Amino acid sequence: MTTTKFRREFDVVGDDFAGAGRVSTEIKALLKRVGYAEQTIRRVAIAVFEAEMNVVMYARRARITLDMDPEGVRILVDDVGPGIPDIEVAMQEGYSTATDRMRQMGFGAGMGLPNIRRNADEFAIESEVNSGTRVRFVVHAR
Amino acid sequence: MTPAVKLTLAEVCRVLEAEVLTGGETLDATQVTVGAGADLMSDVLAFINPEAVLLTGLANVQSIRTAVIADVKALVYVRGKQPNADGVALAEENGLPLLCTPLTMYEACGRLYQAGLPPCLLPPRCAHDNDEVQTGI
Ligand SMILES: Nc1ncnc2c1ncn2[C@@H]1O[C@H](COP(=O)(O)OP(=O)(O)OP(=O)(O)O)[C@@H](O)[C@H]1O
Ligand SMILES: [Mg+2]
Repeated sequence: MTTTKFRREFDVVGDDFAGAGRVSTEIKALLKRVGYAEQTIRRVAIAVFEAEMNVVMYARRARITLDMDPEGVRILVDDVGPGIPDIEVAMQEGYSTATDRMRQMGFGAGMGLPNIRRNADEFAIESEVNSGTRVRFVVHAR
Repeated sequence: MTPAVKLTLAEVCRVLEAEVLTGGETLDATQVTVGAGADLMSDVLAFINPEAVLLTGLANVQSIRTAVIADVKALVYVRGKQPNADGVALAEENGLPLLCTPLTMYEACGRLYQAGLPPCLLPPRCAHDNDEVQTGI
């Protein structure tokens, strides 16, 4: 395990279903190389994947910032997009505005945001309609 | 049901009369301890355990990326579904064996269950599941 802190940034493009999941797969590989525990890697990977998919499904684009240090992993997903009018509702298990096309691809269970929250030790979400959404979470290294 | 067993992927293959699309060389050496069946990817991520074999009817690239993210040991497509060449290449790249069974989801899950492969342990409800969402970033 490295003792230094470092940051990496990734860009995600909305509606790019073919490339969707690429950034999370890359982050997962990076965390493996750094040497985090398997459980930590798995939790980060699942949470980032859900956040990345939400950008692909609903937003125009996003910047994902990954901060790593021996204490854990911190992620910020900052998107430009339609925003979320009611976060309480969006956070409910099963709530989804996914289109038929997205459902045919296996999305729209309405489990993404709850999955992020469940895998994170700290979780925050902020959104402005017609502007964008910011999801931030931290997974502590065990 | 017989007591919980682990199955090698070779055994999974036999039980499901499955064809191997990629990863054939690892079938004898790879064990699975739980099974799961789902077509919604976030559902998979909500309950899948490590060391699982995942059965799905969703033969697209997303099913493969989801399986890789969740550390699934093998992906089985039901009812003879097959991913395209990009999907197979992606699975190969990530060391994820792909199998394809002619059986329906119901029968495929039933056969593995009957062979003794247990379901995933559902995650305990988290203490903060019902907390108010923090909105400040
Ligand atoms: N980045 C975002 N921008 C705009 N709306 C979003 C964003 N993320 C989530 N939402 C809204 O919140 C809802 C719930 O999101 P969540 O990830 O929990 O479920 P889902 O994406 O619909 O389905 P799943 O994640 O299970 O495939 C979405 O249907 C969408 O309306
Ligand atoms: Mg989602």
